Amino acid sequence: MDATGLAISLAKASFVAFLLVQTVPVMVWLERRGAAFIQDRPGPNRVNIAGFALAGLVQPLADVVKFLFKEDYVPPAANRAFYVLAPVITLIPALMTFAVVPFADVVRIGERVVPLQVADLDVGILYVFAIASLGVYGIVLAGWASNNKYSFLGAVRSSAQMISYELALGLSVLGIVMAFGTLQLDDIVHAQGTRILGVLPAWGIVLQPIGFLLFVVSVFAETNRLPFDLAEAEAELVVGYHTEYGSMKFATFFMAEYIAMTTGAALIATLFLGGWQIPFVSSQALNAWTAGLVGPTWGSWLAALVQFGTFSAKMGFFLWLFVWVRWTLPRFRYDQLMGLGWKVMLPLALANVIVTAVVLLVVDGVGS
Amino acid sequence: MSGAHGVDAASSDVPRGRGAGREGDRGDAAAGAGAPPVRVHGVGPGDVKDVSRPDLEDRRMVGVRAYLPAIVAGMGVTIRHLLRNLRERRRMPTIEYPEVKRDYSPRFRGRHYLKRRPNGDPRCVACYMCATACPADCIFIVAGEHPDPAIEKYPVEFVIDGLRCIYCGYCVDACPEDAIAMTRDYEMAGYHREDFIWDKEYLLTWRDRVERQDGYQPYEGEIDKERMSRGRL
Repeated sequence: MDATGLAISLAKASFVAFLLVQTVPVMVWLERRGAAFIQDRPGPNRVNIAGFALAGLVQPLADVVKFLFKEDYVPPAANRAFYVLAPVITLIPALMTFAVVPFADVVRIGERVVPLQVADLDVGILYVFAIASLGVYGIVLAGWASNNKYSFLGAVRSSAQMISYELALGLSVLGIVMAFGTLQLDDIVHAQGTRILGVLPAWGIVLQPIGFLLFVVSVFAETNRLPFDLAEAEAELVVGYHTEYGSMKFATFFMAEYIAMTTGAALIATLFLGGWQIPFVSSQALNAWTAGLVGPTWGSWLAALVQFGTFSAKMGFFLWLFVWVRWTLPRFRYDQLMGLGWKVMLPLALANVIVTAVVLLVVDGVGS
Repeated sequence: MSGAHGVDAASSDVPRGRGAGREGDRGDAAAGAGAPPVRVHGVGPGDVKDVSRPDLEDRRMVGVRAYLPAIVAGMGVTIRHLLRNLRERRRMPTIEYPEVKRDYSPRFRGRHYLKRRPNGDPRCVACYMCATACPADCIFIVAGEHPDPAIEKYPVEFVIDGLRCIYCGYCVDACPEDAIAMTRDYEMAGYHREDFIWDKEYLLTWRDRVERQDGYQPYEGEIDKERMSRGRL
């Protein structure tokens, strides 16, 4: 890879990392305001800059200042090294997963055609699962290193939950992998640009409705969000694995949770809602139209911007769904959680894989 | 005894448990005849029978059992609230407290004050009625002799402990001179406990510094009006 290529990769990686970190305050704001409006109250509206509260958007700034200036306390009974390491171990995988998600088609820089995706790995989905699973290590480590029974119980629950739902998560995507015949997320998005019978966009949700449902539920469980936030379970475990954490370390756990949500929403959009594909408008058509407006080079940038907007809208909807569900549904009981994971989701996912395989076989047989 | 209770009672056609199970019902003396081998605790494999209970079976669809309709209905409720609150902020019950204050009843029992005579002296005659009526025992009075023989006594000290007080208003009811009343002031915060020991001076004058609406007042019945007309008050 030459220097320019390296610079471009670096720029893309920085852009994605910056974007992910910036979603955190916005998500915190969305969560707090959304929760408030759902519960008939105004939510944060006090913090302001020169009288402008911006509907509470200034609040996260004040939160950050508070987090940074709080005492950085380590409990004396904690295992200091692991205690400090745990939030970082939770945050890094959350940030890394997004690397394989394509957020727009391509842009032209001179002669170069740059795909807008940090890394187009040929094991795309497997990479996502591998890295996303690492997040639980941070949680387990936090629970163990805190030397607190509530933290530890939260961590144990979290790991049990991860194992239970990762199966359904993986199997639900298997249908998509079979349908599109690739693990590369970029190829999956491109494949979703076609149409079925000329009317429906060939989105994953159309081809794999059951898989979609299972995947969404599994992502909720994997990100430890309500109704599956057994790892936190305020009513029983104080706040679970991060009970002993304060100041910026606590904020790091929070960031990890929201970034994991963002990545989860991005994956749902990519795998099941066509990623950056605009329904009924192909990338070529869009590029041709924008090229007519501002020329081929800047046209590709404009098209990429529109596609990025489409992708963000789809992602945004699922991010809102996370918040919406959280303030609607109560937490599952532990046995209900396990029952749902093993007795409903897993068999359903397996059945989905088998049915998909049979259908594909029949379709292929008819085709040849 | 053995597993004769409960489980066996429901499964009458299990031979082993029969003797023990029906023993009490029939008053059968021959309990020892078909007696099962004595087991100390628990239920043996032959004692349990699966009984079909169609009335308890969940015949609903899988989707219903997976809470799907309930979830959709619940999400509908929450989004309805959100959209309504986005449209009409005013319907939210929140009061923006320091700027906007709740309108309390004119009979609200907030912080007390002592009433004054036209010349500025307290109307209180140190009769101890309020201190006697007080269920929280928060009023402390030291009486002194008043130069005016018509008044007889006056409070040398009159202290209310605002932290002991339960704001019941009995002192207002008890006062024969209408010397104590309450306001609608509920904003009582302090950095020290001493801040809540309200002495005579404070109780007489705090309302001059802070404008507060009147709260619970003495009853103005016929007796009071009569006394008022005689110029006693």
